Amino acid sequence: MALLEVKNLGIEFPMRREVLRALQGVSFSLDAGERLGIVGESGAGKSIAAFAIINLLSKPGRINAGEILFEGRDLTVLDDNAMRDIRGNRISMIFQDPMMTLNPVLTIETQMIEVLKAHREISDNDARKIAVEKLREVAIPSPEDRLKSYPHELSGGQRQRVVIATALLTNPSIIIADEPSTALDVTIQAGIMALMLNLCKSHDMGLILITHDLAVVSQVTERVVVMYAGRVVEEGPTADIVTHPKHPYTRGLIAALPQEGTAGKRLNQIPGSMPTLDAIPDGCAFHPRCPHADDVCRASVPEIVKVGNQFSRCVKATELAEENSL
Amino acid sequence: MNAAIRRFAQSNFMYSFGRDKVAMVSFAILAAFVILAFSAPLIAPYDPYDQTTIDIMDSEIPPAWQDEGEARFLLGTDAQGRDMLSTILYGTRISIIIGVCAVLMQMFLGITIGLVSGYVGGRIESFFMRLADIQLSLSTLMLAIVALAIFQAAFSAEAYSDLAIIMLIMVIGFAEWPQYARTIRASVLAEKKKEYVDAARVIGLGAPTIMFKHILPNTLSPLLVISTVQVANAIISEAALSFLGLGIPVTKPSLGSLINSGFEFIFSGSWWITAIPSIVLIALILCINLLGDWVRDALNPKIYKEK
Amino acid sequence: MGPPLWRSHVCSRRITIDYLVFAGQRLLQATLVMFVISLIGFSIQDNLGDPLRELLGQSVSEAEREALRDEMGLNDPFFVQYGRFITNAVQGDLGTSYFFKRPALQVIADKFPATLDLVIGATLIIVLISVPVGVYCAIRPNAWLARAVMGISIVGISIPVFLTAIFSIYLFAVTLGWMPSFGRGEDLVEIFPGWKTGFFTKDGFAHLVLPCVSLSSIMLPLFIRLIRSEMREILESEYVRFAWAKGLAPKRVWFLHALKNTMLPVVTVGGVQIGTMLAYTILTETVFQWPGMGFLFLEAVNRVDTPLIISYIIVVGLIFVVTNTVVDLLYTWVNPTVKITGRGR
Repeated sequence: MALLEVKNLGIEFPMRREVLRALQGVSFSLDAGERLGIVGESGAGKSIAAFAIINLLSKPGRINAGEILFEGRDLTVLDDNAMRDIRGNRISMIFQDPMMTLNPVLTIETQMIEVLKAHREISDNDARKIAVEKLREVAIPSPEDRLKSYPHELSGGQRQRVVIATALLTNPSIIIADEPSTALDVTIQAGIMALMLNLCKSHDMGLILITHDLAVVSQVTERVVVMYAGRVVEEGPTADIVTHPKHPYTRGLIAALPQEGTAGKRLNQIPGSMPTLDAIPDGCAFHPRCPHADDVCRASVPEIVKVGNQFSRCVKATELAEENSL
Repeated sequence: MNAAIRRFAQSNFMYSFGRDKVAMVSFAILAAFVILAFSAPLIAPYDPYDQTTIDIMDSEIPPAWQDEGEARFLLGTDAQGRDMLSTILYGTRISIIIGVCAVLMQMFLGITIGLVSGYVGGRIESFFMRLADIQLSLSTLMLAIVALAIFQAAFSAEAYSDLAIIMLIMVIGFAEWPQYARTIRASVLAEKKKEYVDAARVIGLGAPTIMFKHILPNTLSPLLVISTVQVANAIISEAALSFLGLGIPVTKPSLGSLINSGFEFIFSGSWWITAIPSIVLIALILCINLLGDWVRDALNPKIYKEK
Repeated sequence: MGPPLWRSHVCSRRITIDYLVFAGQRLLQATLVMFVISLIGFSIQDNLGDPLRELLGQSVSEAEREALRDEMGLNDPFFVQYGRFITNAVQGDLGTSYFFKRPALQVIADKFPATLDLVIGATLIIVLISVPVGVYCAIRPNAWLARAVMGISIVGISIPVFLTAIFSIYLFAVTLGWMPSFGRGEDLVEIFPGWKTGFFTKDGFAHLVLPCVSLSSIMLPLFIRLIRSEMREILESEYVRFAWAKGLAPKRVWFLHALKNTMLPVVTVGGVQIGTMLAYTILTETVFQWPGMGFLFLEAVNRVDTPLIISYIIVVGLIFVVTNTVVDLLYTWVNPTVKITGRGR
């Protein structure tokens, strides 16, 4: 049984004039110690999916369908207390911008110790020891001193390391990282991702990495879920998807990556942009941008189908696989 | 500028106005007040400024619906025998004029200083922003009280009463310019970075053109939000100053001085001289504040805030 | 930021060179403001009324007047006169009240405790009510009680202080007879040399209730609204979301993570409000005939009692400047996020 299983998840945002459907029929799963990437453009619903797992949707979002099974228990029906027991304890989260994630008026120490105090009976001293140990694991120099610091006294990269250490405090079985390196300097990004990878491996921790960056995904994750306009459009082992994408959208994403030896050539951008939630087209949401679209694509939402090791939500998945035009 | 106005009209603004009953009712009441007050010379039954029509024998007659009331004085009379309805109509007009003119003066000073500081920067900016800090910390009402107290002590009572309206507008107008200056400056700093300002500069537009044609229209929302609150505050300040006897004299009363003149009679039972203008004053301010609240929610602009 | 001069493990507040520079600038600014206020006071002294008439009456020849002007130094150059004014002022001599025939500063000092009582009472009301109510309204913005509070608060800020005062007298003193309508009452306790307060006797307290409530009537709703909106904004922040994601109890998220960030800006606003509060005391004291500084000031204005007017302006100015400076210095010291460099720009 998978450690985490998201089944047929639907999320909607009731607005004044209409109800926006942010997620529709989203399913994916994560085994213990597995590293899963969720990829998509901003607005595809990947962050919403992540926040739904720990039941922290921003208002007025709500789950309207499906279930989220963690160790067999459905998280969508847990009460606040039971959910709090899991949040930050069994499932930790790392946010995008470390400049905004840490509370500016509390010391690092306060912000780390409180996690342990919230989830177990522990003395301040023991908690502090664990905090120091975790800070050391994320390679923060002189961790004892850093505990006394306020966030603004640290650099962006260091802050993200502190956030990661905070997420590690309780040895969670899953870490959800929402674009953990996007807000950082390019030079620091690689270091943070390498750190994440090592920590997951050494602690046998599950990772859900949410990103728009396929390059990062291919370095860190074992499996990928590609999302488009609130739906999963492709899923499968990272290596297969990166080399043989089965959905036209994924193909477009990969074609748009700068390749070695193609310097000076124009990048292959996917034409157009992803629809906003209030204007999702009928049929396959990708059809207005898809080079292979025909009337079938415009008529109804395609089912997700298995093609080799992968799953693709495209009526032409098999056809395209044979074409092998990449 | 036209584009900005069009965007304004098509925004959620009008839509949310149509949905907000409180805003609509407030607006209706406010509009009624303004129209009535400004047509006072036409509709008021008496001219409260004309001493010849006032008969001291008519003093302290309660409103018409009271037992001792008289039909010719719908809202009763004050201690000098003036018809309350007429006096309130004229008084409301004075209060609104002072409130609006004082805010126009704040806007003029604030926008000019804000634009110049934001655009020019450097020492001029530091100087004005420091001055704004200091002035804001010194409380408008206190500054106004002190300034008017000095003026009043310096001028004779008669000379002062002629100048009162202008003095009030000047004092309230001068005391609150920093509100506008800070917001405008913050907007200018934000807008200055944007491409269209660079573009305007590149095609050779001068600084005043850029500021007035390109930057100012983008600050409409915060200006509108501040202005509604400021008009309410200015009217409150005027009323408070007049109540203290530092503002409009009782001979040509505003709402505040009317309340002041009736205050001593409240203990002898003539409550209406104070109560009726008070209710008008509160209703006026409340409507403006409710509209202000709605405007802020509807436009939700970034207003300069000290952190 | 510059390098920390001093750091300890117990207290991580920093006294840095930047902070000292900032404090220096702030003190300089305070001095400058006081200088301007004293200039205003001084120019009033010369131009309001005629000091000689107060001393001599009208029946004195022009030559005698001129002689006396010389003798009193009224013909000295401006800066000589101003220097004398400042020298005296620093020694606590701001002239003699024409009406009371006593040193003006002393007259004000006598009235100061009455005003202080009012300010303390109103501040207590504001702090004790606005914080819990504002926080509640921020945490439960859609609860009927929160909506009711917001509705009442907008009415509250729309009623001028003096009207609240008048209505409360009319209702609670004149009509119902529950409360005294004016003055401080007879029964006061001296808790400090020179400071008699009404807080500790039944009669004194009864006299304080209506004036203090009136004095707080606009600021209380303002602070409730301010705390609510600041806190709502902060509850939307990423660090509060992260606090939730850490699985903390709601109490800790609200009352530590959110409240601490809310209160820092609120405290600065509060410091600035002391000026407005003093202005409101003039209104409240007038309505309640409260024997404090504000009432005294209005009387002095009506009597053109120049030394008293000047003294009031200087005392009130000093209170503004001192509280603002202290609040600013403390705020900057306590708040770890304030970047000292870049302030004052």
